[in-house]
Amino acid sequence: MLRVDRLSAWYGEAQALREVSMRVDEGEIVTLVGRNGAGKTTLLRCLMGLHGTYGRTTGTVSLFDEDISGLAPHRRARHGLGFVPDDRGVYATLSVEENLLLPPVTKGGQEPWPLKRVYETFPPLRERRRFPGTKLSGGEQQMLALARVLRTGARLLLCDEPTEGLSPLIVQQIGEILREVKAAGVTVLLVEQNVHFAATVADRHYLLAEGRIVESLDNDQVREREHELLEYLGI
Amino acid sequence: MLQQAFNGLVGGAFYALLALGLSVIFGMLGVVNLAHGAFYMLGAFGAFIALDAFGLNFWIALLLVPPLLGVAGIVLERLFIRRLTPLDPLYNFLFTFGLALILQDLVKREYGVSSQPYPRPQELDGTVDLGLFTYPAYQVFVLAVSVLMCVAVWLVLTRTRVGMIVRAATERPELTRGLGIDVGRWVTPVFGFGIALAAFAGVLAAPMRAVNPLMGADLIITVFAVVVIGGLGSVFGSVAAGFAVGLVSALGNLYVPALSQILVFILMAVVLLWRPAGLFGREEAFR
Repeated sequence: MLRVDRLSAWYGEAQALREVSMRVDEGEIVTLVGRNGAGKTTLLRCLMGLHGTYGRTTGTVSLFDEDISGLAPHRRARHGLGFVPDDRGVYATLSVEENLLLPPVTKGGQEPWPLKRVYETFPPLRERRRFPGTKLSGGEQQMLALARVLRTGARLLLCDEPTEGLSPLIVQQIGEILREVKAAGVTVLLVEQNVHFAATVADRHYLLAEGRIVESLDNDQVREREHELLEYLGI
Repeated sequence: MLQQAFNGLVGGAFYALLALGLSVIFGMLGVVNLAHGAFYMLGAFGAFIALDAFGLNFWIALLLVPPLLGVAGIVLERLFIRRLTPLDPLYNFLFTFGLALILQDLVKREYGVSSQPYPRPQELDGTVDLGLFTYPAYQVFVLAVSVLMCVAVWLVLTRTRVGMIVRAATERPELTRGLGIDVGRWVTPVFGFGIALAAFAGVLAAPMRAVNPLMGADLIITVFAVVVIGGLGSVFGSVAAGFAVGLVSALGNLYVPALSQILVFILMAVVLLWRPAGLFGREEAFR
């Protein structure tokens, strides 16, 4: 579904990604694991086409065998990429409902979730639909950011550290949401520092270090090497 | 004192209209439009020229001049500002500053620095009895129209899909693109609209202020203070701060005339010390 071929990216003169090649297949949840500064967020932003303002990129990104490397971010979104940034990207100046209604529904993607279904699945969002988006709790904001992308019918969700700074109970909820997302047929590429969490929700993992993909791991390998990985990640 | 407060609100109306345009442009484009005052001045001169050369009265000028200058703004955005936006913000700073000087000097060359006479529209020549005092009808009209305009913009921003997109793009331009919205498509009309608002304020100013090439430059410094006080990128903040600053400087004139020139800036400093993002600003505005 998603193919990344020798993707490199720079911030001015500093190279942040070095010939990253990877793929994500339809229906999978794949995580990118790595230390702070390894290039995880940069990679997601490159996939979304949002790196352009910071520096140049080379290499290709294709979605369903179509090269999308040259497309503007909004076009990529309409091709079925859904983006959840690391700070959740909830708008303070938009109400919860407006946050949900803002992104246009993609054509030919997954079946978009009608607002009704979003509210049935995430009741707290209905209760607070008139509130400014940022008046929600951290977990609810994450819920909102995920629901927002589901409403567009995105086929591949790019999700940057959804569990960061959330309590274990909420992390569990996020895990359930991600499994629901997967069950609904949406593919997910997840940036995650929490390897334990990653192994419970994802199918495969890429370990990113200094802008390179150094290892590709499955869940068993992650569980076996959890301590080593945690130490490596400095958590 | 009440009358002076009313003067302040009328003055504030101009600050509010200009700050509103500046704020929307800054939010959406990330451009500090230093030529905003020049377009206000061109609005007033547009009204003057319309009457002087074509015999078109105030009402026609009020309808015609803002859209015309708005279109000029659109051309400007398409030809220059758009190309400079990806570069260092300083380029647009310099560009709009240079443009303001050029526009001022072109008008100066044609009309000199002295003020041009512009009559009040006949319909509003008298005074209105406001109960406690009588007040020139034209000033009452200016205040009413400005408030209506601000309310209209507010309604568009809060109640329509276009407004929702503008708010989103103002708050987080990149993310908004990432969510599938072609922000670039909205940038040009928003810029044009901001310029048209400045021109609208200029036409309104023609019958009550001195119409000269420097009228915009004199006013815009205060307007920048207004935008900062209201909170960069906050539309509501700039309108509220516009009227508040008008009020404060008018009352300041009355009670502490010695400070009247700098009162606004003292206010700005105090607000910034108390709330660094401005009264209605959010930290996000700095990102």
